[in-house]
Amino acid sequence: MTIPNLVGAGLIVIGAGIGLGQIGGKAMEGIARNPEATSKIQTNMIIIAALLEGLAFAAIFLGK
Amino acid sequence: MKETTHMNLRKSGRNKLLGLISLFVFCSAFASGTAPKSDGDSEGHGAITSESEISEYILHHIKDAHDFHLFSYDDSEGHRRHVGFPLPVIVHTSKGIKTFMSSKFHHDDSGHHVVEKDGVALVKYHEKIYELDQGAHRVEFDEAHHPTNAHAVLDLSVTKSVFGMLLVFTLLIFWFRRHALQYRKNSIPKGFSRILEPLVIYVRDEIAKPNIGEKQYRKFIGFLMTVFFFIWTSNLLGLMPFGFNITGQIAVTFSLALFTYSITHFSAKKDYWKHIFWMPGVPIPMKIILAPIELLGTLTKPFALMVRLFANISAGHIVVMSIIAIGITLRNTMGVIGASALSFALSLFITTIELLVAFLQAYIFTMLSALFIGMAVEEHEHH
Repeated sequence: MTIPNLVGAGLIVIGAGIGLGQIGGKAMEGIARNPEATSKIQTNMIIIAALLEGLAFAAIFLGK
Repeated sequence: MKETTHMNLRKSGRNKLLGLISLFVFCSAFASGTAPKSDGDSEGHGAITSESEISEYILHHIKDAHDFHLFSYDDSEGHRRHVGFPLPVIVHTSKGIKTFMSSKFHHDDSGHHVVEKDGVALVKYHEKIYELDQGAHRVEFDEAHHPTNAHAVLDLSVTKSVFGMLLVFTLLIFWFRRHALQYRKNSIPKGFSRILEPLVIYVRDEIAKPNIGEKQYRKFIGFLMTVFFFIWTSNLLGLMPFGFNITGQIAVTFSLALFTYSITHFSAKKDYWKHIFWMPGVPIPMKIILAPIELLGTLTKPFALMVRLFANISAGHIVVMSIIAIGITLRNTMGVIGASALSFALSLFITTIELLVAFLQAYIFTMLSALFIGMAVEEHEHH
């Protein structure tokens, strides 16, 4: 891996980290406000987290 | 009554013992082979002391292999001995299909040891098998890493991953056949099936039904169940000894994603194609711009499925092995006991997380497959 690739991978991870934090935080807020909807919120949270993670992995994989 | 249960218990205990002994005999019957210690034989088989050798060893583990390599040691005469058991090699060469056991390579992975088989000379270099041209003794590479005096053959071998997949298939058929047969006698399953039943119901009620829809989910439940249990069992097998890395092979995840892609697109309804090529409800210039984007989107979805599973499992294996290697790398700074204790504590922690990841990845793959299929077969209400 060359240095631009490594910097790019770092940026991807920062972006994915911010995104995952947002998803997790908002889901927690939602669950705190409406605990009955926990399972629905969790499922959607996992789906979106997985999509984001897939994007991040794809970017790292293509950049390698 | 009590006596009979006791008898049964003792009997099953004896059967398990017999099974263990036969497994041990099976393993040791195939075990052991020697290779002379030479300059070229530093490819991941040497004694693991330095950091570079550890990373080489880890990368070697991540890749697929033609044999099971358990451990290596130096015997009293200074020969490096490798213990493991071989797997069958099936290659399509210029002179037809050749089969032999991988023990003929004598654990050589550097292209030194030539296997002569009916006039075809074969060498193994970095787990790839090459057919040597006439008169060549070892494979040589140019700068672009293309072999100059040999060519790659079509490799249909039963490699470590193929062996692992066959093992998973056998296990799944055995478990689910026994599970299904139990319903003939009574409605409550016994033994291991008590773990399987809630998982089957979970996949049906939490993954298939909400994503595909009450009306059509039955058609796809077979695929979703198979994918879920295949990925889960393979992931768990990867956490056990013998070093399987089935779902960490990009070829395996590619095939799984290809199944999802084909099933999605072959069962897609008219509305799905309409939303790709001629998105309703937007102006015509927008429709023209959206069509290629949507078309690309159909490819990126299975691509992400493929890469997600591959990267997660590979990364997990690398992390587990790196943490185990702490016991060696920090030996000089922390002392043997300190380094071992740290490596033990961390690997216990990370292996527990990997157990969770094994399930989570199977769940996510199945869930997203169901989601994509659901999007394709959905009937839109016409406005």
